[in-house]
Amino acid sequence: MIKNSSLRLNTIRRSIMRSTLAIAAGAALSLSPITSISALAKTGYAEKEELKIGFIKLTDMAPLAIAYEKGFFEDEGLYVTLEAQANWKVLLDRVIDGQLDGAHMLAGQPLGATMGYGTKADIITAFSMDLNGNAITVSNSVWAEMKKNIPHKEGKPVHPIKADSLKPIIESYKDAGKPFKMGMVFPVSTHNYELRYWLAAGGIHPGYYAPHKGDTSGQIDADALLSVTPPPQMPATMEAGTIDGYCVGEPWNQQAVFKGIGVPVVTDYEIWKNNPEKVFGVSQKWANKNPNTHIRIVKAMIRAAQWLDANNNANRPEAVKILSQSNYVGADYDVIANSMTGTFEYEKGDKRDVPDFNVFFRHNATFPYYSDAIWYLTQMRRWGQISEPKSDDWYKDLAKKVYRPDIYASAAKELIAEGKVKMKDFPNFISETGFRSPQKHFIDNIVYDGNQPNTYLDKFSIGLKAKDKL
Amino acid sequence: MTLLAYENSHTLEVFLIIRCLIMNPFYERTKIEVFMKDKTVRLPRSLLSLGGNITDEKMPIWIQETIKAIMLPIAGLLLFLLIWGTGAQNINTSLGKFPGPTQALEQFNSLMSEHNNERIKEEAFYQRQDDRNSERLALDPNYQIKVRRYTGKPTFIDQTFTSLITVLTGFILASVIAIPFGIMIGLNKNIYAAANPIIQLFKPVSPLAWLPLVTMVVSAVYTSDDPLFAKSFVTSVITVLVCSIWPTVINTAVGTAAVSQDLLNVSKVLRLKPMTHVFKVVIPSAIPMVFTGLRLSLGIAWMVLIAAEMLAQNPGLGKFVWDEFQNGSSNSLGRIMVAVLVIGFIGFLLDRVMLMLQRMFSWDKQAILR
Repeated sequence: MIKNSSLRLNTIRRSIMRSTLAIAAGAALSLSPITSISALAKTGYAEKEELKIGFIKLTDMAPLAIAYEKGFFEDEGLYVTLEAQANWKVLLDRVIDGQLDGAHMLAGQPLGATMGYGTKADIITAFSMDLNGNAITVSNSVWAEMKKNIPHKEGKPVHPIKADSLKPIIESYKDAGKPFKMGMVFPVSTHNYELRYWLAAGGIHPGYYAPHKGDTSGQIDADALLSVTPPPQMPATMEAGTIDGYCVGEPWNQQAVFKGIGVPVVTDYEIWKNNPEKVFGVSQKWANKNPNTHIRIVKAMIRAAQWLDANNNANRPEAVKILSQSNYVGADYDVIANSMTGTFEYEKGDKRDVPDFNVFFRHNATFPYYSDAIWYLTQMRRWGQISEPKSDDWYKDLAKKVYRPDIYASAAKELIAEGKVKMKDFPNFISETGFRSPQKHFIDNIVYDGNQPNTYLDKFSIGLKAKDKL
Repeated sequence: MTLLAYENSHTLEVFLIIRCLIMNPFYERTKIEVFMKDKTVRLPRSLLSLGGNITDEKMPIWIQETIKAIMLPIAGLLLFLLIWGTGAQNINTSLGKFPGPTQALEQFNSLMSEHNNERIKEEAFYQRQDDRNSERLALDPNYQIKVRRYTGKPTFIDQTFTSLITVLTGFILASVIAIPFGIMIGLNKNIYAAANPIIQLFKPVSPLAWLPLVTMVVSAVYTSDDPLFAKSFVTSVITVLVCSIWPTVINTAVGTAAVSQDLLNVSKVLRLKPMTHVFKVVIPSAIPMVFTGLRLSLGIAWMVLIAAEMLAQNPGLGKFVWDEFQNGSSNSLGRIMVAVLVIGFIGFLLDRVMLMLQRMFSWDKQAILR
């Protein structure tokens, strides 16, 4: 008898689960506040217990490594294998064709894929993996020239360094008939947009894309030619002289300092304070098939993120030790520690405090804000990857299709109920709209309001305006 | 001088006739063997050198031979280590000095201890899993207990075994196709003429050119919810197969076509059935060539596999090398050096094994094989 009734309870619980999820999905597509979900029943067992999750060798894959090493995945009954991928394209393709259950992705990848820029596929994300964490590095010879144009204080360059100081060098390259080349990691990568933002803020045109004309090189009208190089190969490519600088995540900027082949000039924290960086992406198809598994993964990763930022980064040295294992990032401890433990080394010896260089949990870093998605969409529009003018609603609808704070909220609420996290560390799920209040703190002081993407686009002097078409 | 002795021979008859036919002055000088009851027994080597022009009065020949056999390779190795060690110190890369023999040995030890640590973690993993399973079984009696494989990282040794299994699978599949095919085109000039252009066209194609095609085809065709083999394994095996099949095909065909007219005549005289003809005359006579092909194939298979693993990120030694290169840590070069040596050593072992097999299968025990 007892057996029977508990069985029935289980099935009831599952069906409740399913209906709440359906409601959740509906809520996400409508314009109402995201989390009008009633109190959630406990998430059922994972539909799929053996998972393979892909990542690229970058320090911001840390939440995955920590969730694995600290047993957070196993606590959710998940048996996860983490697998490094060769580059962002391979990673995305393997998520699309199901070889990977999910992956550490560039924030622009789920948006680009859903929109159909590059491979078309519905990819969603319910978890933002970190804030900041990138930098722009130039080669030693470029730095030697740039340094002359930068004001100094007490013998050290004044930060943030703007691209204005790079402009004369690019002009001299132009006069000599040489192209000025820079590397970034993927056409829809955060790095591409940050590098472009920084260059354009200094009056350097990074070039347009024109997919409707079949031109996806992104070098139309460009002063600086940007091209794709996988992150771990950046230092070697610059060392070989193929590129003069690059924008990439850690540890590949610090690696340049250690190898003595280049100098990081600006971090993305200075370009846009607390910008969203990586997300955890899965295919829509996978998410529909494995709703409980998805929530459980997000739960494990929220705990990992919390662990990473706990007690003012107290756990970071341990995290660095884990990341330096050859199966994760694999770079030397010192190289990873340089940026992960609250500092950042620019020119050799010029180590400065940047406590928020890597943010994994504080400032609601893990919450997938619609406004973050829309910022990336505005940049895709600004540089021509979205070739047609679009309405504000188009931006919002796409963001809501891809970013899924409803799934995040289910996971977070359950963790709160289990006493593993505190409610004060999360946005108020009842009133949260998914839009951050207008953000200042950009290197060019332009204010971003996610509710008005087209107005925002019209504020830039370089780049396509809301109504422009190439 | 050739001594032939046999008792009650029945199947041996054909062999012996063949043997008599191919006897020639060169065989005469080098061959002393006794045929008994289907077995070949080699007489002591000392009988060979009765002529005596290589003997040395002070030192017995076998000591001389041993010294040569042991000391010369050792001298070669030492010289190599010396050049490597001194050369390495003078090469500065952005990842530090190029690893010398001592650094490589250090990394080898660290790879071994990593392997052992991983095994300890694995045990703990299964323990935790058991606990979790029994916990869940208590809550949910209908739960079917399922043991999931360890999810930790593959160690260097794991990667080595993955590569070995992959290469052997690909090679065996290739041989199973190549030998019958080679015999077929070797026996029939018309089929050979038809197949030849295709063989010549595909033989020089690099594995790296095949790889994207194989990958795409495998992911399109090989779909199942619970596949027996991983896709990456199938891709690697097929790439190895496509690239390593040709030497065996060509050499088998040549060996088959080159069976001496005398033997063919014998076969005709004895009116052997086609299958008996193939198995008793053609194959034994073609075996040296077949094995030459197989050894070439296995060598190519091993090289192809490492390249394919590197490019496609399929598990194995190639991926290990690539991952270490990407890591760019101060230990990376040393670890890659370890991998290079291990790859070379395994390639060498594979070749030796093939040589042993060749000796076992070859009827001509005296042919010089190297």
